[in-house]
Amino acid sequence: MIKVQELSKLFGTKRAVDEISFSVERGEVLGFLGPNGAGKSTTMRMITGFIPPSSGTVTVGGFDVVEQAIAARRLIGYLPENAPAYTDMTVYGFLNFTAEIRGLRGDAKKKAVHRVVGTCFLEPVLHQSIETLSKGYRHRTCFAQSIIHDPDVLILDEPTDGLDPNQKHEIRQLIRRMGEKKAIIFSTHILEEVDAACTRAIIIDRGKIVANGTPHQLRSKSEWAGAVTLRVTGISAAAINERMAQLSAVKRTAILREDATSVTARVFPKPNVNGVLAGSIADAAQGWRIEELHTEEGRLDEVFRSITMPDTATEEKK
Amino acid sequence: MNSWSHIKAITKRELGAYFSSPLAYVFIVIFLLLCGFFTFMVGGFFEPGRIPQASLVHPFFDWHPWFYLFLVPAVGMRLWAEERRVGTIELLLTMPITPWEAIVGKFLASWLFLALALVLTFPVVLTVNYLGSPDNGVILTAYVGSWLMAGAYLALSCITSAMTRNQVVSFIISVVLCLFFILAGFPPVIRLLEGWAAPWLISIVTSFSVITHFDGFQRGVLDSRDVIFFLSVIVFSLFTTSVILRTHRAG
Repeated sequence: MIKVQELSKLFGTKRAVDEISFSVERGEVLGFLGPNGAGKSTTMRMITGFIPPSSGTVTVGGFDVVEQAIAARRLIGYLPENAPAYTDMTVYGFLNFTAEIRGLRGDAKKKAVHRVVGTCFLEPVLHQSIETLSKGYRHRTCFAQSIIHDPDVLILDEPTDGLDPNQKHEIRQLIRRMGEKKAIIFSTHILEEVDAACTRAIIIDRGKIVANGTPHQLRSKSEWAGAVTLRVTGISAAAINERMAQLSAVKRTAILREDATSVTARVFPKPNVNGVLAGSIADAAQGWRIEELHTEEGRLDEVFRSITMPDTATEEKK
Repeated sequence: MNSWSHIKAITKRELGAYFSSPLAYVFIVIFLLLCGFFTFMVGGFFEPGRIPQASLVHPFFDWHPWFYLFLVPAVGMRLWAEERRVGTIELLLTMPITPWEAIVGKFLASWLFLALALVLTFPVVLTVNYLGSPDNGVILTAYVGSWLMAGAYLALSCITSAMTRNQVVSFIISVVLCLFFILAGFPPVIRLLEGWAAPWLISIVTSFSVITHFDGFQRGVLDSRDVIFFLSVIVFSLFTTSVILRTHRAG
């Protein structure tokens, strides 16, 4: 549905987006990750046709967003950053306006407004003016606007920004549900959202794509992926270190905490021994009182940091 | 036509925006007060000798270019500046509409609003008809001229509004811009020019003046050249607005 090819954007001499290419098909929810100023919003603005690319092309449903702008935009629902809305209008008036401009009339318009009011839980504030709304409601109003014409493509710039945990949860569920039938791109800073809603994630840094894969694939890039955390009582840290070093699958052992009663250690595997480490540790630990033993999945935030800020991440390891 | 329905939707929204804020009411009240005060107190409506011919032309319409100088930029300043400040411009221009439809829709809304303000000055027409027997044809053409002139000012305000996200900046720049279009035909300025400038230069300068072109309407003449002047200022200004919006987005 969405095809981005060698897309670049220059602001003056600064390359905000630098030759990025990717595509999103129907049924996919693509998480767009990256530090502030990495070029996420700029990319989304180019996909929606708000700003023209300096070079490269974007097609949505086969339509070029510059050459066949109107046809492409009909397919797109867009939630811009900070969820702007006409503050002097009521929620109802605003949704009616966006439905009208999307070409909905009469019964179809009424139904569409009714549907999005339901999906976004806007019933209680329907006739309130938008400037009096809380941030959560305002956000959902703008979100409602983006899905009013039931678009095939949804571009959401930080859809959960500024929402409380319950609202975040609702929006994620909504994105995941809609993602079954649409092509969705959404940007976020919150890494847990990638797990909660995405089928695939792209990490973008300084205008370039630095990682692209399913959340599972990204996590397995983490040094932690496959590491085993072990907590035992009645034994010294040194003894654990010694016993672990004898195992062939172990790369190194880090003692996380040591107190009067128990020792917590994290054991990192050598490459390509995923999955078997926990078993061999359990065998090696015969006779110890194990209170905790589990395999780490790898952490996205650590992957994110090591990719986007390689210098500080290595420093922390030392 | 599809394009027309987009324009209609935008015009409807913009008009609604005027009346959901105090701006519309403040504007109309001030406009009517100014009109009344200047017509009857300063304009010499009741001066001896005036009543028998009962004319609205000078006491009433003479002031319009000057009222509009401050009032029209106040109406136009929010058109694009507000969209840019709040960020709704990103919503509007990613809708399946062309920038032209948005520009024309917004302009029309403000222009219709100004038309309403003009229509609400009708008591002055009733008064003059009650007191004497004016030429109502002249009054009608003067109203048309006044509305066209307001449109030209408004289109200039659209340009300045698109240039900035600050409404005050937009207001000030458009007042200066509109002032130029008035002063170009203001008698004292022309007299000043006559001292040194060649006649062809003076005629070029005065041909840019809204006062010169408004004059014809005030005499009851619907000259196509005057109509074309105002319409071309409007079209040119709206075109400039579209260029500014495009370059702004291109970064």
